[in-house]
Amino acid sequence: MPRYYTEEHEWIDVDGDVATVGITDFAQGQLGDIVFVEVPDTGAELSQGGDAAVVESVKAASDVYAPVDGTVTEGNGQLEEDPALVNADPEGEGWFFRLALSDKSQLDGLMDAKAYKAFCDAL
Amino acid sequence: MTETEQLDDDVAIEAATEVLPLDAWHRAKGGRMVEFAGYWMPIQYEGIMAEHLWVRENAGLFDVSHMGQLALSGDKVAEALETLVPGDISALKPGRMRYSLLLDEDGGILDDLMITNEGDQYGIVVNGAVKWEDIGHLRENLPDDITLNHNEDYGLLALQGPKAVTALARLMPEAAGLVFMQAMRATWNGHAIGISRSGYTGEDGFEISLPNAALTDFADALCAMDEVKPIGLGARDSLRLEAGLPLYGHDLDPAIDPVEGDLAFAISKRRREEGGFPGAARILGHLADGSPRKRVGLLVDGKMPVREGAKLFDGNTEIGVVTSGGFAPSVGAPIAMGYVPRDHAEPGTAIAAEVRGKRVACTVTAMPFVPHNYVRKAGA
Repeated sequence: MPRYYTEEHEWIDVDGDVATVGITDFAQGQLGDIVFVEVPDTGAELSQGGDAAVVESVKAASDVYAPVDGTVTEGNGQLEEDPALVNADPEGEGWFFRLALSDKSQLDGLMDAKAYKAFCDAL
Repeated sequence: MTETEQLDDDVAIEAATEVLPLDAWHRAKGGRMVEFAGYWMPIQYEGIMAEHLWVRENAGLFDVSHMGQLALSGDKVAEALETLVPGDISALKPGRMRYSLLLDEDGGILDDLMITNEGDQYGIVVNGAVKWEDIGHLRENLPDDITLNHNEDYGLLALQGPKAVTALARLMPEAAGLVFMQAMRATWNGHAIGISRSGYTGEDGFEISLPNAALTDFADALCAMDEVKPIGLGARDSLRLEAGLPLYGHDLDPAIDPVEGDLAFAISKRRREEGGFPGAARILGHLADGSPRKRVGLLVDGKMPVREGAKLFDGNTEIGVVTSGGFAPSVGAPIAMGYVPRDHAEPGTAIAAEVRGKRVACTVTAMPFVPHNYVRKAGA
């Protein structure tokens, strides 16, 4: 299952026409203790680069953007009860939402793991 | 992902960001440095939540050397200061300190500050973000025969938390004899230092003024103790919010007078009777009749933080604004403070805040959110 990354520190796992989106370990480390996550409603139409979710640490609220166009099929309900999952397992149990892809060609513009690591190292 | 709000987002940085004497020490301790009040300062070391909870249980060391440490000397300093602040400075005995407010001619708050009678002079500690404006205001408005000294050779550390007294007493046993809002001079390793039992967390603790050259050794001596960890600005903000203490530039500004800011306690009884401070007509009127609006605490329903700038509503009517807010680690829920009309200021009043277009139910509540643990009696 290929995983892609954005310059805004989201990751996206693609499985056929459905993808899972979250924020990277680098991002959670920068944010610190996460106390609230607002995930999009099922059925929401997201467009690449547009607001998709909100993650709040003790000190700040940050927007999470949609890595690609798509329709939300599921938000991670666990984050409502346990937002700290994003700190504990950002690239696993701490996923934010799933979406049905509208345009798979948009994935070509994203980074792979190696390119993302190089991107973070340069920050 | 981008941060839409952060602690220092509305602090204008006009000049190059300056470096504090403990800069290298903070970085060596793993401090994440951010620009605040014109200085590079540590926002956190291990994490805001852990640091916050550590201070409530143990002791935390804060570097607040960005604050302005001023001293006034000369004849009739107390009387002169009383023309600029509403506190009874004349009644302040040597070794005592008082919270007060620098007021403009309309009674608006230019800064909040601590004034200490040091015997031979009055020490004043002002906020870092407005210290240059404060110095200008004092120089312009105090008589020429009063000397204002801005002590840039000294840093300021705060040691806060229930174990602060245990830790500090190992370095200087005499500090344990102070009670809340008392101050003294002492020496440490040959350095002349000032100690007060005061702080900005709601916990017992001390603020220690010492020469820049002594800061690193002193910070190391404290942090070598099991009770003490370095604490960043992030936890300083969440601790003071839980303690109900306003942050200048956010909860207080020149449009707000002391009564509106819920700081009427800083207007001493004699001053209420005599007046003679800036904006006395407005302020005494607000004391007598109530101010049109007031700073209040807000308990927030649910888990979504309500932050600075969120509008407050009663039904569809916009009634006020949040000036500070966030997740409160010791409360385990979001809390906020903000301004509401007088008729909505009673604890228990149900209102709503607007966050990203959604309404969040809030209840006006008395502050502090977490009880203060000040030591008011010697030996207590």
